[in-house]
Amino acid sequence: MTAPRNGFHAARWNEPLIQDLSEPGARGLLPGAVEPAIRAGAGDALARVPAHVRRAAPPALPEVTQHRVVRHFTRLAQMTMGFDVTTDMMGTCTMKYSPKVHEHIVRAARLADVHPGQDPETLQGVLAILYRFNRMMCAIAGMDEFTFQPASGAQGIYTNACLIRAYHAARGELGRRDEIITTAFSHPADAATPHVAGFKVITLMPGPQGYPELAALEAAVSPRTAGLMLTNPEDTGQYNPAIRAFVERVHAVGGLCAYDQANGNPLLGIARAGDAGFDLCQFNLHKTFSAPHGAIGLGCAAVGVKEPLRRFLPRPVVTLDGTRYGLDDDRPDAIERIRAFLGNVPTVVKAYAWVMSLGTEGLRAVAETAVLNNNYLLANIRRIKGVAIPWPENTAPKLEQVRYSWEPLHNDTGVTTMEIEQRMVDYGVQHYMPSHVPVLVPQPFTIEPGESLTIEEMDHMIATLRAIAAEAYEEPEVVHHAPHHASVARVDDGIANDPATWAFTHRALAKKRAAWSKPRSAAAKRHAGY
Amino acid sequence: MAAFEHPYVPNASAGPRRRLLDALGIADVEALYAAIPADLRVKGVLDLPAPLPAEQDLRRHVAELIEQNRGAGDLLIFRGAGCWPHHVPALCDEITGRGEFLTAYAGGTYSDHGKNQAVFEFQSLIGALVGLDVVTPPTYDAAGAANSALRAACRVTGRSGIVVPALMNPDRLEQMRGFVRPTAQPRAVRQDPATGQLDLADLEAKLGPDVGAVFLEQPGFLGTIETQGAAIAERVHAAGAMLVVGVDPLSLGVLAAPSDWGADFVTGDIQPLGIHMHAGGGCAGFIATRDEARLVAELPTTLISAAPAEGGGVGFAWSTPERTSYDTRHEATDYYGTTQWLWGIGAAVYLSLLGPKGLAELGEVIMQRSLYAARAVARVPGVRVPHLDRPFFKEFVVTFDKPGATVTAINRALLAHGIVGGHDVSRLWSGGPAMLMCVTETHDRAAIDRLAAALAEVLS
Repeated sequence: MTAPRNGFHAARWNEPLIQDLSEPGARGLLPGAVEPAIRAGAGDALARVPAHVRRAAPPALPEVTQHRVVRHFTRLAQMTMGFDVTTDMMGTCTMKYSPKVHEHIVRAARLADVHPGQDPETLQGVLAILYRFNRMMCAIAGMDEFTFQPASGAQGIYTNACLIRAYHAARGELGRRDEIITTAFSHPADAATPHVAGFKVITLMPGPQGYPELAALEAAVSPRTAGLMLTNPEDTGQYNPAIRAFVERVHAVGGLCAYDQANGNPLLGIARAGDAGFDLCQFNLHKTFSAPHGAIGLGCAAVGVKEPLRRFLPRPVVTLDGTRYGLDDDRPDAIERIRAFLGNVPTVVKAYAWVMSLGTEGLRAVAETAVLNNNYLLANIRRIKGVAIPWPENTAPKLEQVRYSWEPLHNDTGVTTMEIEQRMVDYGVQHYMPSHVPVLVPQPFTIEPGESLTIEEMDHMIATLRAIAAEAYEEPEVVHHAPHHASVARVDDGIANDPATWAFTHRALAKKRAAWSKPRSAAAKRHAGY
Repeated sequence: MAAFEHPYVPNASAGPRRRLLDALGIADVEALYAAIPADLRVKGVLDLPAPLPAEQDLRRHVAELIEQNRGAGDLLIFRGAGCWPHHVPALCDEITGRGEFLTAYAGGTYSDHGKNQAVFEFQSLIGALVGLDVVTPPTYDAAGAANSALRAACRVTGRSGIVVPALMNPDRLEQMRGFVRPTAQPRAVRQDPATGQLDLADLEAKLGPDVGAVFLEQPGFLGTIETQGAAIAERVHAAGAMLVVGVDPLSLGVLAAPSDWGADFVTGDIQPLGIHMHAGGGCAGFIATRDEARLVAELPTTLISAAPAEGGGVGFAWSTPERTSYDTRHEATDYYGTTQWLWGIGAAVYLSLLGPKGLAELGEVIMQRSLYAARAVARVPGVRVPHLDRPFFKEFVVTFDKPGATVTAINRALLAHGIVGGHDVSRLWSGGPAMLMCVTETHDRAAIDRLAAALAEVLS
């Protein structure tokens, strides 16, 4: 049996803050001087700025040599558990291998040092990729047109809300259609962004199968329904087989249906949003399509729509006239721009390269393997003492992830899912994702293996969870006080939640550090209801 | 389905796939898709191009497409308007290319200590530039940052009206219109086209009792420098509203921090701070404000706080997540998700390298080069630079006397000389054809002289 990684210790450099490395006079980079002719021609350009508008004292940036800056950030990198370093099965995040060749491709000067406002004649390569990938995404999703402008899943879901708003506004119905329906286990952005866009939001709660019953939708739909926005499978990994009926019911009252495909990895080549009747959908290219998560971004949501909604997509849209690609900026019905320019173009290029590497057979292999891996983990994790699988009535296989529960373990030992999360780091793996809000599963943990990992890596994760569960039963203090081998000793995060003590910058830290030793206010309760 | 050999999907190969199926006691993966109704299943295969599974084939294919672009290595780019051609230090690429950062995601205090420290340092370095104690991690872009700050200011003041400068970046204004649509439509305050200065009388007239937030750009979209900042802030505050300022952070080595003259929120784009343009993918924003609980409560983003570690060290924790849309869900007043943190790490490297001296020197270099360029261009017959006698930073308006001239035609002709001309601002300028020219530290004398000579030829 595979053993957990014993004896691990993360790099712990005790690296000071960069400001605290400052040495007067040290230089990291010289901006260079202007040529004498420029100086002669421009004179003292700064003197033209009135004194009261000029900076009186230089900004309090550190003075550090270049080599020390290299070391500083390299050490910080070493204290970060990226997917390149270790196993990360954070549920809902679709962590997977980001091919290195993509990084080398996008560093090309003719992509990196290109201005978005250049004449399309000089952007033919990037426009070709955007155009072709648009058609490929249409094939993958069963949609008619995509935009890659949104820079994250949440922004893509927000875009869906704006498109639904524009559609009803164009029909003169927005005033009386002001409700969006979502589900409790859809990503929080499916509830949040329509509210930001001006809608009231109704959240359907799960039934005995772990997802909402059709009856719950029946009770929620009305002539006020503007749309349905949800994930399927939900963040529990459970697929709602009545999804077609959900869509039809919302269509029957005149609403639109937006499919959040943040959990789309198990469905590539298997089932398409368009075929289920959805009018809009969105994929996260930084998750499902392998573009790296970038330490929380550079993301990209590919937002796809059916024909009737095409005219509402934000400008510019890439066009093809014979053999030349162009940008259509003249779109009178379009929603307002969601993000600057064309979005995170390098992220789209990486996603394009990924699909080009795999092809249709490969995408299906990705989906099936992600599902296979997940069910292998499930079969093993469910045997770990202290684990429960919610909604036992639902015997259908899970798709790409599972929301598990440590409730039995917590009842037996007092150890919490958050403590186990912190203990995982001691074994040299990235921690799991407990749960989004609302926390309906007691002591939740959510695991999504993806398709990149070998059986050995999965066995290692299983062994790690089993070892920690055993510790909870046999020596719970070890888990209560974890982590022990991380890049930093245990941190008092109550300090970070109290206005009297939190410090978001070095300058704030200088003022408030003294308050860290004082007794804290009641406001400094630790977050999280699990 | 048959086994599939591909390095990205190890368990699709025959051996591991068999082992997994056997472990689950099933003959085929189909059994795991039982929940999906048959009529929703894809019939046949997706209509996709034939794949290029060999790395050399894939690389050649994508590289050939990318090589059809032309970039700063081929062209002289005098275009800014929200994304600017600046020098990117090698170390910025080196660090943002580190696999540990590149492939990290939502790890917390212990697993991603280094990432959290780097982003805390980003917050700190921006805080030093703008003179404020609270700074967010990177947001989507400058407009998104301004939008969040404006709606936050409205919630703090309990009002909904938003006032913006008439000559602000139209693309950013478009983003703003979309975002504030449920609560308000921005109203424009006149700016004097001759000087770029805000019309204070018009500002007072627009500052009705419903106005919660006023937006100001410094430098202005047209490159001009607002000199009445304190007077503007005074009027905004007297009317019970808050002032949100959008800055070019690179200008803050030479220009006063907006907090010094009364800004309540400072926002901006960090692309100039060591991030390649990436056809606009280099953009990323930030929001800064004072350390007041009522202001922090309205910020939509994660905030990384320093916190004490056992034994006397410093660690980092995500503060007050209950503020964010992850927790507020259907009551959310703003939204948040994956943003542009990698560029924040790049910007932290950049500011650490430049230091206080470097940033001041660079600001001066940019002002000298852009002034030299403006004067050179203004000497071309038929070309005017309306703000030549005023201070400006990095960008300036260029107008053309030639009857029937259009910026589109001039730029097309410049392109034949290997030059990307300025952004078309004719509609905003409303005084004939006008472009917004951008000159940075990357434009040496030869480049600028080439621009002037090409313009002379194009217009002759």
